[in-house]
Amino acid sequence: MKKLLFLAALVLSAAALPARANLNVFACEPEWASLAREIGGDRVSVYAATTARQDPHHIEARPSLIARVRTADLVLCSGSDLEIGWLPLLLTQSGNARVQRGTPGYLEAAQLVARLEVPKSVDRAQGDVHPAGNPHIQFDPRNILKVADALTARMTELDRANAALYAARAADFTRRWDAAVLRWQQRGAALKDVPVVVHHKAFSYLIAWLGMREVGSLEPLPGIPPSTAHLAELVDQMKRAPARMILYSSYDDPRAAQFLSQHSGPPAVMLPFTVGGSDKAKDLFGFFDDLLDRLLAAGK
Amino acid sequence: MNRIAWCVLALGIAALPARAQDSEVAKLREELKALQQRMLTLEKKLQEAETKPAAAQPSAQAGAEAGESAFNPGISAILNGVYANLQRDPGTYRINGFVPTMGDVGPGRRGASLGESELGLSANVDPMFRGTLIAAIAPDNNRIEVEEGYVQTLGLSNGVSLKAGRFFSELGYQNRIHAHAWDFTDAPLAMKAFLGGQLAEDGVQLKWIAPTELYIDAGLELGRGRAFPASDPGKNGFGSTNLFTHAGGDIGESLAWQAGLSLYATSPRSRTYGDTDSLGTAVTNSFTGSSRTWTLSGVLKWAPEGNSTNNNLKLQGEYFRRRESGSLTYDTTAASLGTMTGSYGSRQSGWYAQAVYQFMPMWRAGYRYDTLSSGTTTLGLVDSGALPAANFPILGAYNPKRQTFMVDWSPSEFSRVRLQLARDYSRMGLPDNQVFLQYIMSLGAHGAHTF
Repeated sequence: MKKLLFLAALVLSAAALPARANLNVFACEPEWASLAREIGGDRVSVYAATTARQDPHHIEARPSLIARVRTADLVLCSGSDLEIGWLPLLLTQSGNARVQRGTPGYLEAAQLVARLEVPKSVDRAQGDVHPAGNPHIQFDPRNILKVADALTARMTELDRANAALYAARAADFTRRWDAAVLRWQQRGAALKDVPVVVHHKAFSYLIAWLGMREVGSLEPLPGIPPSTAHLAELVDQMKRAPARMILYSSYDDPRAAQFLSQHSGPPAVMLPFTVGGSDKAKDLFGFFDDLLDRLLAAGK
Repeated sequence: MNRIAWCVLALGIAALPARAQDSEVAKLREELKALQQRMLTLEKKLQEAETKPAAAQPSAQAGAEAGESAFNPGISAILNGVYANLQRDPGTYRINGFVPTMGDVGPGRRGASLGESELGLSANVDPMFRGTLIAAIAPDNNRIEVEEGYVQTLGLSNGVSLKAGRFFSELGYQNRIHAHAWDFTDAPLAMKAFLGGQLAEDGVQLKWIAPTELYIDAGLELGRGRAFPASDPGKNGFGSTNLFTHAGGDIGESLAWQAGLSLYATSPRSRTYGDTDSLGTAVTNSFTGSSRTWTLSGVLKWAPEGNSTNNNLKLQGEYFRRRESGSLTYDTTAASLGTMTGSYGSRQSGWYAQAVYQFMPMWRAGYRYDTLSSGTTTLGLVDSGALPAANFPILGAYNPKRQTFMVDWSPSEFSRVRLQLARDYSRMGLPDNQVFLQYIMSLGAHGAHTF
């Protein structure tokens, strides 16, 4: 046993040697990974814990994730209980004091923005509700900028040596982002008041930003998969008050949206849930470009 | 809104044409004008407040969470009920070929019964520590048992963490998972035979995680040796040692794995168990010596692109190997042929493998195969001819087996209803057909998605 341990330790210490970037960022979701890359450039090494094909509510505290949190300097997550099933476990298991809640190495994006749908009371009979409000804040580009500001401050605090670089990159990002938001808003004006049905309450920030109207959801309650009875109700509802499109995300099963589309007319539109959710959504800019493209194409 | 209504009212009255030079009317008008002015100022203030940068809002939202109860720990309760249909009387349950663990290993009661209800509290103590208390309330003997109650460090770095209190040992894979999160209603036979069901130690655990992309940990547990295979020695120092290591990682986006190896060592003193002698008289025997248990475990999980919502598969298996040597005292209470002591040695093993597949949202089906090998057991008292082997019926060579099927339905991640069918060959020559219908529901704090 002792020999075995010694051998293991030897192998490990050799494996631990590779050169490190200045800052190791563990991002719970790809949008925050993308943002950290925008600001940090080649001075940060960024790991995204989830992909746009995964439901961030339902991730397990896999060994690979624990290993990444173990070496992280900054944990950047959506918060508002989106990761409640797995992030606390990763933090307690990691043996990494630098990224625990309340330290500079821990940042929750949802804390930085005005959250929608903060419930007055919570009860699981209402489904999987988030007491601190809807956590899918990445769908409003103005939120991205607020997170960018806080992230820059945090990265500067953690890595003073690169403060000037972070500041310059953040200023550049802000300039490009402001211009892009204007462009998106102009394009999105055509979507104002468009009634939509959503799969999960994932798009609330997008809908609020573009002034669309959510008239129903495929999930009977948040987090409860669509049932045939509920879909039949929606078909009836669409007859009385049709929606213009049915939105589902890159991680949702498309069948419910397609069913409703076939039985009531409006097109089922897949929207990338985050960066990486479609071919065009390669970074945050591509993500919003593609959101607008897909919505406008469906709204024609 | 009220203010706006007031304002409209005030404006309306102010706009009324002056009908007379009546001084009272003029006075009234003056007052109304003042009122109108105040309304406008208020409205302006209100508008300012509304259009203030949104950044001001989160603090207001966060403030709502503050207060005395904000520091309450996360509270959770697990409700669990079982209906069991057992072909054989559960009172006669035993695992032939293996030393009885005197633990809670039987298939439970016949008919409907409330399972163990579990109450959990957990919170960060301060920046340095986190505390967890999980109590199991057994329904019939009015007993509250502490399943786990430990503090663990948050504040140590370099991958080191320290745990103290009572905790499920890092011994194999399933041992450290609470029963309500198991994929089958009961424990694998190997856990029943080698760990007495589930092993929780009182002691300390030191664990280190390597700073590598591949997950690797190594750890040491020192415990009192409170339960089987230890015997609660009642002495200073530590009565059990557990060395463990795990490795794990992802293979592409769809596969995740973990493997573990552990060695649990203890020196039981007068660890007693009940048996019957060749005439059927109940006797108590006891073992003193050393006990070493090796456990090898592996878990592989698959979900298409890591998205487990619709379909996912979990494969799990563990192999246990135990070596015990020392002395066995027969009939410690002299109820039968009188107390005698001889040497004792055994090498035994067992394993199980299971697969659980989610074939559509909410629905999973699973199969488990259990088998144990009683291996070689040498009894000095039998070899020397002092006693015939028939006086140790439970230790007679036998390889127990069991096959289990289950299907469960989970309308949300907080509730589960399960049907399980098993054919259990734990008792020599007496197969037991078992049917379990079970519900498991969780209330309160969100459970952890353990791998």
